[in-house]
Amino acid sequence: MTSTTLARTGEPATPPNSPKSRPAGGRVRATARTRRAWAGWTFSLPFLVLYAVFELVPVIASIAISFTDMRSTDLRDPLAVDPAGLDNYSRLLSDEVFWKAIGNTFYFTAVSVPLTLVLGLALAVALNSGIARFKTFFRVGYYLPVVSSIIAVAVVWNYLLKDDMGLINTALGWVGIDGPDWLNSTTWAIPALIGMAVWRHMGFAMVIFLAGLQGVPKEMYEAATLDGTTKWQAFRYITLPMLRPTMLFMVVISMIGNLQFFEEPFVMTQGEPLDSTTSIAYQIYEAFGTGQYGYAAAMSYVLFILIAGLTLIQFRLLREKP
Amino acid sequence: MSTPMSLRIDTGRDRPPQEITPDRPERGQRWVYVVLAAGLVVVCAPFVWMVLSSFKTEKEIYADPPTWFPETPGFDNFSILLDKLDIPQFLFNSVFVATVTTLGNLLFCSMLGYALAKIDYPGKKFIFGLVLSKLMIPGIALLVPTFVVVASLGLVDSYAGIILPGLAAPMGVFLMRQFIQGLPDDLIDAGRVDGAGEFRIFFRIILPLCRPALATLGLLTFLASWNSFLWPLVVAQSEDLYTLPVGVALYSLDHQNAEYGLLLAGASMLVLPIIAVFVYFQRHFVQGIATTGLK
Repeated sequence: MTSTTLARTGEPATPPNSPKSRPAGGRVRATARTRRAWAGWTFSLPFLVLYAVFELVPVIASIAISFTDMRSTDLRDPLAVDPAGLDNYSRLLSDEVFWKAIGNTFYFTAVSVPLTLVLGLALAVALNSGIARFKTFFRVGYYLPVVSSIIAVAVVWNYLLKDDMGLINTALGWVGIDGPDWLNSTTWAIPALIGMAVWRHMGFAMVIFLAGLQGVPKEMYEAATLDGTTKWQAFRYITLPMLRPTMLFMVVISMIGNLQFFEEPFVMTQGEPLDSTTSIAYQIYEAFGTGQYGYAAAMSYVLFILIAGLTLIQFRLLREKP
Repeated sequence: MSTPMSLRIDTGRDRPPQEITPDRPERGQRWVYVVLAAGLVVVCAPFVWMVLSSFKTEKEIYADPPTWFPETPGFDNFSILLDKLDIPQFLFNSVFVATVTTLGNLLFCSMLGYALAKIDYPGKKFIFGLVLSKLMIPGIALLVPTFVVVASLGLVDSYAGIILPGLAAPMGVFLMRQFIQGLPDDLIDAGRVDGAGEFRIFFRIILPLCRPALATLGLLTFLASWNSFLWPLVVAQSEDLYTLPVGVALYSLDHQNAEYGLLLAGASMLVLPIIAVFVYFQRHFVQGIATTGLK
C-alpha cells in the first residue's frame, strides 16, 4: 500500500532504504523529505481509502446511474443496466410532484433558517449577557432537542400537534385560538414541520454563536459603556459586526442542512397531505425505496447542483470583507 | 482559538455587572433569567411529557384535558415493548455501531488532522481540499450511489456496511487539524531531533495532548452515530442488525394505530441514555466547539 501512495505523490520515488538513495550528497535532506512524504501519506491513507470508496466512486456513479434506468433488480449486476439517455431528466421536468417538492423545500428553508438563527443568536446573547448562575443548566437544556433522536421527537410531536387534544392546540385554546389540524392541513403542515425543525436546531445555533461571542473582546463593550452607548447600540454596532464570520458560517451550514430537509416529512407526514410536505430529499428517498435508482440519482444530482450552486454563492459572500 | 481552553469558562464571574450602574443591570438580569427560564420550559416540556407519559396507561394518555403526572404509574408499556421487540439486541447494535464509529473517527481523523497540521508533504493541499469537498457534498444526494457501492461490495445487511462509510467524517478531520495546529511545534521538533519516527511522535506526544479535542470529537461522533437513522435503515435489512432508532421507527411506522404508550416507552428508551451521556460529557462539548475554529 505504501509504495503506491509514494508513487502518487510525484516525489522522485526512491524508497528510503533503496540502494540508490545512499550515495547521494544531500542524503540527510532528501531522506528527511522522503520521510515526511511517507509519513504524510501514510497518515492520510485511511481517510483517502474511505474517501475513494464511499465518496469519489458514489459521486461518479451517481452521474452515471442518472443516465440509466437502473432498478433495484439490477443490483446484482450493476454494470449491465440499460442506458436511458436523458429520459430521467426529461421525466423530472414534467414531474409535478418534483416541482412541488422544490417549492416546499425552498419554503421550508426560507422560513426555517432565519428563524433558527435569530432564536439561536438571541439565546446566545442572553446567556452571554453576564448572568452568573445556571448558565450551564440553560445551555444543556436548550441543547437537549439537538441530541435527541428524530424518531423519539416524532413520537412526541405527533401527539403535540394532534387536532383536538394535542398540547399545542390546548395551549392555543387558553388564549382563545382554535388551532388547526396541523398535520392534515395543506396550509399548516409545513409550518408545523418548520416549528419542529426550529425547535430541534436552535440549540446548535446557540452553541456556535456562544463560541463566536467568546471571541469578541470584552474591552470593546467596556469602552462603549464609557461612551454611554445603550445595550441595543452595543449589540448593533459591536456584537453583530464581530459575529459576521460566525453568522455567515451558520447561514451556509443551515442552508445546506435545510435544503436536504428529509427527516421531518419522513417521520411525521410521509409527504402528505396531497404532497404538501414532500421535499426534494423525500422524493429521492421514495424513488429509491420503490427501486427506481436511475430516477432517484437524477433527482439527487439536481439537488446536488442546487446546493453546490447556493453554497458557492455564499462562499463568495463569505470572502467579502464588510 | 489557540487560547488554552481552561481560560475561557466562567466569563461572567470575575467581572461583576455592578461596574456599570448600581441598580439597572440587576433588574435587567432578572428579566434575562425569566425569559430564559420560560423558553427552557417550552423547549423541554415535550421531553418531560414524553417520559412521564410513558408510565401512564393508554386511557390516561388520551385523557382530555391531558394530564402531566401519571395517576397510576407503571412499567407496563416498557415490559410489553420489551416483549414485542428485541430491544437488547437493538441496544447492543446501537452501542456497538456507535462505539466502533467513534473509535475509528478518533483514530483516523486525528491521524489526518496531524498530517495536515504539522507534516509538510506534497499533496497536502489537495487532500485538505478533499476534506472540504466532503463537507459540502450533501449526504442525501449520495444515498443511492453509496448504497449501490456498498451493495456491490457485498456489504448490505452487515455491520461493516453500516459503519464503514462514516468512519472518517470530514468535520472530525477539520476539528482535529484546527486543534493540532494550535499545539507548539517545539515538542514535535524535539521528538524529531531525538530521532523519533512520525508514528512515535503521533502516538506518544500528539495524541496525549489532544485529549480535550478527542473528548469533544468522541462525544459528537457518538451522539451523531447513536441518532443516525437513514443509513442504518437502508443497510440493515434483517432485524438482527437494527439499531435502536431503526427498530423503534419501523415498529411505529408499521403500527400506525399501535398503542401510543408503547411508542412513548420506545422514544424514552431512545432519548434517555443519550441525554445522560450528553449531560455527563457536556463540559467537553462547549469547550471543543470553541477550539474547532467554527466561530
